[in-house]
Amino acid sequence: MDRRKSLKLIATSALAGGAIATGCKPGEEKKADTPATGEPKFNLDRNAEELKYEKSLLAQEKFFSDHEMATLTVLGDIIIPKDEVSGSASDAKVPDFIEFIVKDMPEHQIPMKGGLRWLDMQCFKRFEKAFKDCSSQQQIEIVDAIAYPNKAKANMKQGVTFFSLMRNLTMTGFYTSAIGVKDLGYAGNTPNKWNGIPDDVLKQYKLSYTEKELKECVSFT
Amino acid sequence: MGDFQVKKQPKKYDAVIVGSGAGGGMAAYILAHAGLKVCIVEAGPMYDPQKNVTQFKNPWDSPRRGASTKMRPFGDFDACYGGWSLEGEPFTKAPGTEWDWWRARMLGGRTNHWGRISLRFGPKDFKRRSIDGLGDDWPIGYEDVKPFYDRVDKLIGIFGTNEGLENDPDGIFMKPPKPRLHELFLKNAATQAGVKVIPSRLSILTQKLNDERGECAFCGQCGRNCSYYKADFSSPNVLIYPAMKTGNIDVVSNAMAREVLTNREGLATGVSYVLKDDMQEYQVEGRVVILAASACESSRLLLNSKSQRHANGLANNSNVVGKYLHDSTGAALGGVLPQLFDRKRYNEDGVGGMHVYSPWWLDNKKLDFARGYHIEYWGGMGQPAYGFNWGIENLNGKYLVKGKQKEAGGYGASLKEDNRYFYGAGVGMAGRGEAIPVETNYCEIDPNVVDKYGIPVLRFNVKWSEHEIKQAKHMKETFKEIMHNMGAVITWGGDDDEKNNWGISKPGEIIHEAGTVRMGNDPKKSALNKWSQAHDCKNLFCVDGGQFVSQADKNITWTILALSMRASEYIIDELKKNNL
Repeated sequence: MDRRKSLKLIATSALAGGAIATGCKPGEEKKADTPATGEPKFNLDRNAEELKYEKSLLAQEKFFSDHEMATLTVLGDIIIPKDEVSGSASDAKVPDFIEFIVKDMPEHQIPMKGGLRWLDMQCFKRFEKAFKDCSSQQQIEIVDAIAYPNKAKANMKQGVTFFSLMRNLTMTGFYTSAIGVKDLGYAGNTPNKWNGIPDDVLKQYKLSYTEKELKECVSFT
Repeated sequence: MGDFQVKKQPKKYDAVIVGSGAGGGMAAYILAHAGLKVCIVEAGPMYDPQKNVTQFKNPWDSPRRGASTKMRPFGDFDACYGGWSLEGEPFTKAPGTEWDWWRARMLGGRTNHWGRISLRFGPKDFKRRSIDGLGDDWPIGYEDVKPFYDRVDKLIGIFGTNEGLENDPDGIFMKPPKPRLHELFLKNAATQAGVKVIPSRLSILTQKLNDERGECAFCGQCGRNCSYYKADFSSPNVLIYPAMKTGNIDVVSNAMAREVLTNREGLATGVSYVLKDDMQEYQVEGRVVILAASACESSRLLLNSKSQRHANGLANNSNVVGKYLHDSTGAALGGVLPQLFDRKRYNEDGVGGMHVYSPWWLDNKKLDFARGYHIEYWGGMGQPAYGFNWGIENLNGKYLVKGKQKEAGGYGASLKEDNRYFYGAGVGMAGRGEAIPVETNYCEIDPNVVDKYGIPVLRFNVKWSEHEIKQAKHMKETFKEIMHNMGAVITWGGDDDEKNNWGISKPGEIIHEAGTVRMGNDPKKSALNKWSQAHDCKNLFCVDGGQFVSQADKNITWTILALSMRASEYIIDELKKNNL
């Protein structure tokens, strides 16, 4: 980014937000197509009132500290790791999504910020380290204590509540990303001619269309 | 306020229409094609589905992944501007009452995102008082509206099937889409419960209608409006922009109507409005004024249009304006269908809405409530959005996943497996029923409160009666039986009981409000005559849901379109005869 552009961005206090809008991690260079004005670009219809709101969101300072973002990244990748089918939560930029969504939905702010601190304090008591600095084994130990609501100990309930929210946000962020949608195998959102349930699927469920349905419904060849 | 003044539009129109949804769009279309000069006063901004696009966007195109905001309560891709609460435009409720009020603010209003469920009223629906002694009969019957339903079918396009049902009339239908997998399960389970299931009737083009519009691309996104193919009905795509080609329509957008203006003879002369862009006051004159601002906004406008000749508000000698307000009843539940776990993936988006539905199938004489409901169904492999698999810890410990019993919650590769396994197994259903319109359910002008434009606001006073609550109970019992019959597990909506009125929707929540400017033969008991024309002001018409005497268990849009077409042609005739 050239200096003039960066000054302009700072002037409109859109720097932190701009990074999110274009999907860059903090510290990364901005993409070349970032408008010189620092105006956020939207790929879907926005009315005037929405634009005002979106800009105010993007102009906010970063909600999570660098330490918290690093913790979110580690924890997110424990929840959604890379496997043989698809990449991890951080590959899908889930931490950036969470940074945005807590601004859009402030009700998540205290549970997330407080939950992250709760996690660090638990780790500090057990291992004398913050969560992100613990060994993988130590991280899994604490995650196992809060990831299973029905068998977690009573004194871990606040951690369970936090982890459930973190799991929800991580799954939502991941499965609404390009990587996650592909992982699920969602095959729509593209022009189609709906010709009915595929034959092999009908057969699998021992179902069939009635004569009436076949006759009265639209078919494509 | 030294420079306060009211600017008069120099151009005189044949008709000034307030609102641009189904009723206003149809009136503009008919009048403009007849050569009349029309001015549409719209409270929201201009909106062109060809430019304002959310169709075919991916979840990640929305920074909040399709979640809702105050500005788009139905989600970030939904095509309707407005919502449950508008900045600077409050409304109030009488203590102890509830009313949810959706107000669209844009060209085309709610037609840009509605469910496209396009049901004709049947012969019984116009004559309910004669059947069960409740409410009132309409001054017209099915035979009066049938020719207009036929023409709306042909002009706009609708799919469905002719079933020869007594109170769910046949129409001029395109072929419906085949049921999806969950819909075959639902159909079998409902049929087993004695509930009739037939192809749905939606105003979506499954076949070619004309050169102006394309055919459905089965993306399931009618809620986003069909920008690419114009294959579903919205007022902008199908009525307003095509009618603007006549050169006979001017649209004044961002214009909040304040009053209907009248002269000393008590006739309407035009509309005054505040332009949101410059906050200046304007007046526009027309030979005829047509209200299509939505049931409640139209009644508000009438009640705020007081003059010496119309001291009780315009068209309100009967004192019924604002009264008989009623919405559809609603109740719903949903869950998962274990047979669909780990299912094969394919594109089953289909049309935007259900492929099959259940029209009312019972005889109320054998039931403890009046009036019926229809059932809408959903499920399957939809586009993931914000909230996807939220609360999976309540699901993944309850079922074997790939043959393994897991502990609820979890993380890691196992959690990814669970997400794939459960995807596309959701099913659910909702009832939409007919409420009894009563005088004691109403909106009125709040004597103490104005909006940011200084326009007095509405105060609502609506309560459900036993009829509606018992109907919701019946819905829930029916839905549970259908879910049970196919082995589905209810995950929400199954615990309602008499303590929460069986989970009935709040009045207004279903967004089918109607009845506030009702028609009738007796000027003492109705605001409009059978031509949607004010008894007390012959060049004033109301063509939205306000004019409805009752609203059946049929979504009201198709009838709004038919009645608006009918009223508009009456206006043309009367203008020709110099009667207006």
